[in-house]
This record gives sequence, C-alpha cells and structure tokens, in this order.
Amino acid sequence: MNTIAIVDYGMGNFHSVARALRAAAPDADIRICREASHIDNASRVVFPGQGAMPDCMRTLNESGLREAVLRAARSKPLLGVCVGEQMLFSHSEEGDTPCLDVFQGRVRRFSGPGYASASAHTDDTELLKVPHMGWNRVKHVRHHALWDGIADNTHFYFVHSYYVQPSDPALTAGLAHYGVSFTCAVARDNIFAVQFHPEKSADAGLRLYRNFVDWNP
Amino acid sequence: MSASDIPMNNTLTRRIIPCLDVTAGRVVKGVNFVDLVDAGDPVEIARRYNEQGADELTFLDITATSDNRDLILPIIEAVASEVFIPLTVGGGVRQVADIQRLLNAGADKVSINSAAVANPELVKAAADYHGSQCIVVAIDARRTSEAGEPARWEIFTHGGRKATGIDAVEWARKMASYGAGEILLTSMDRDGTKAGFDLALTRAVSDAVPVPVIASGGVGKLEHLADGVIKGRASAVLAASIFHYGEFTIPQAKEYMARKGINMRL
Repeated sequence: MNTIAIVDYGMGNFHSVARALRAAAPDADIRICREASHIDNASRVVFPGQGAMPDCMRTLNESGLREAVLRAARSKPLLGVCVGEQMLFSHSEEGDTPCLDVFQGRVRRFSGPGYASASAHTDDTELLKVPHMGWNRVKHVRHHALWDGIADNTHFYFVHSYYVQPSDPALTAGLAHYGVSFTCAVARDNIFAVQFHPEKSADAGLRLYRNFVDWNP
Repeated sequence: MSASDIPMNNTLTRRIIPCLDVTAGRVVKGVNFVDLVDAGDPVEIARRYNEQGADELTFLDITATSDNRDLILPIIEAVASEVFIPLTVGGGVRQVADIQRLLNAGADKVSINSAAVANPELVKAAADYHGSQCIVVAIDARRTSEAGEPARWEIFTHGGRKATGIDAVEWARKMASYGAGEILLTSMDRDGTKAGFDLALTRAVSDAVPVPVIASGGVGKLEHLADGVIKGRASAVLAASIFHYGEFTIPQAKEYMARKGINMRL
C-alpha cells in the first residue's frame, strides 16, 4: 500500500492538504500523522507549513517530529509545501530563525523600493503588495517527474511574504516573478518542495500531488 | 496609470472572486443588505465557479442569529472536499475559536468585520496564532463627506446598520498593522446598485495599505471589474449577482479584463 504521511506538528491547515491528496490519489492511504513512528513507516511524506516561521520551527521542535522529518528527507519521497519548503533551508529572516538545514540557503522577505510597506506611499507607480497573494506563473527550470502533465508557465496559487534563496542554484526546479525572480520549487534526489499551494491550485495542483504519489526517485 | 505601468517582472494575476451570501444553507442575494432572494445551492454554485476558473470563492454567512451560525460549517466542508481553490468565509466571526472552527471545516481565510471594530485585539491575536495569510478584515464603508468636501468614508458594522465614526482609510491601515493579510472593502453606497465600485474609496485604501485589497460592492458591468483594478488598484475584485444570475460568466469577465491589459489567469 502506498502510505502517505502528512506531518502534523500543530501548525497550518493540514486538512486542506489531506483533502486535495485524497481527491488526487483515491487509491493511496493518506494519513495525518502526529507520531514519529507513523512518519517512519510511511512510504512517502508531505511536509506542509503555514503561518509565522518562528512558530512553525518551535512547534516542529516541540512536537518531537523534527528527527522523523529529517529521516524522511534522507530516505523517501518528501514533498515540502509553503513554509514546509522554507523550513528545509538553513535560516529564515523571519524572526531570525534557524531552520532544518537540509538545503543550504536563506529565506528572504520581499522588500525594497518596488514593494508596498507600512511607510511607503506613492501615487505614481503601483507598488507590489506583500504578501504575494494569488495566482502566478511557475516556470520550469528543468524536467522533473513532478512537472509531468503540467504545462510550463502554468498558474499556481501563492500566499507568502518570504521566499527561499538556495546557495546552490542547481536546486531550483521552478521560478516565479514578483518584483524579483525567485525560486518557487526546489528538487534534489528524493525531495521536492514548493512555495505555492498545490492543494489550492485547482487541476494543476491536484496533478502535482498525483505526480508525487506516483514518483519513484 | 495603466496596467502597463506594472513592473514586467511581476506576473501575478488579478483575482476574480465570486461572493456567495449564505443563510440557512442557501445562497442568497440582496440589495443594500436587504430584500434577500434565493440564488441556489452553495456546493453546486461553488463547483460551477471553479469549473469556470474563479480564482477564489468567498462565503459570507449572513445568518441573523448566532443559533444557526454553525450551519455554514457542513457547507464549507462539502465545498472544500471538491473545490480546490482558496475559500474565504466571513460573517459572525467573534472569537479566535470561531476562526479555528472555520479553518478546520476547510476555510483558507476567515474574514472579520464587526468583531474587529468591537475588539481590534482579536485581529492581532488571530493573526499571531493562525498567521496573517488567513486573516481578512472586512470593511463596510459609506461616504460621509458632502459634495465639494475632500472625500471621507466611515465604517459601518452589523451588516451596515451601525455607524462607528471611524475613518475607513485609517481603519484599513490600522488593521493591516495589526496583522490582517488582506482587506475586503465594500462600498455600502454601491452594494447592490450595479453602478460600479466606489473607485476613489478603493484607490484610497489600496494606496494606504501594504496588503492586497479586494474591491466589493456595485459591480453591474464587466467594465466595473476592470476599473476596480486599473483605477482602484485592487488586487482582486469581488462580485455576486452578475455571476449568480448568469449575466456574465467568469471567463467572459477574465477575457474582458485581459483585453484591458490586466494580467489574468485565463
């Protein structure tokens, strides 16, 4: 049986991910998991995250699931989603938070003259709102099994204020543009992780989840 | 300002959000918050909008009594199980526990209106606990300035019945600073009139806050949707009756906006 563990360390909307996975893969055994042994026993693992990074890292550490996530990252197909993607990196600017360091790199905030902020005000040029919220195009940087059946530059749903900056550019599997060109999908060996929300990206998102369920890295 | 002034390295699309007013398990639509008429089954309508390419859906629970408030939870669960786009739910949200129940049922964002005015700290607490990305502050505003005076709008609560004396632009700025991830801005003057958004209000709020603003209230023509983005600088436009009654489809609205130079998900 293809058993998929959704890591529930107490943050975010795990139910949405579970609903979408069940719709995409009715043949798979989808479980929301709060125990390390269930993650260890699953054939593949989805690692979501939502909300503030300091809270996500703190609750992950307190949940006792941190080591199980790291074991999964070394041994079986793992899909990181949103803050779940960001947590795989070394460090986040959000609350100056050390992360899991599976991938080397930093998590940065959208900031600079082109972005709206509490103090910025302009009549002439429209500033980019933060969070980056809505449907944006995802450019495939390279072929990957998780892009199967998904056209290059397909729109996915994003909602985030921070994005990953991998130290190794070869990690990048997908790019999006919002004031800067930023990495919105990373892949290496058995790990794939995305900044956008496949569970809220209609057919393209369901296809990505289906591809993950079928993926044999 | 035209859509072409938007930086080329931004490919984020503007959103069209059909709004479903829900009471007693049905979708309804009124004029100026009264005279409700039945518009259909929520799950069926949600499914149809998803198939048409709606970018998000908003459900407003306009149930008058709190006794029946939780009737919306099974509706949200049913929609969330088959429609995989963002769902916002608002109406009657009073405490952090209400937010938790709606998120558990399948809402992605919860919109807070009267309770934010009564207790602004609720917005802070909710954003701290659940993250700004799922906290929408809904603002019902009415123009209170006379003709010839500088434009001024005040916020109203309790479905538009109760004046507060609070300036709408200042309130939006405060709510963003308290952690609202998005502002749902409804012009009470325009709601249900089909006369178009209050563009001056939309623009004033959009320019005042760093977070996305959803324009709402008054859409009667496709041109109004485009104006909300181009002239009002809204990140998203919300409409109900023009879609519910089949006057226009979502693809027609998107194609129209795209022809006006607005970046849309077609």
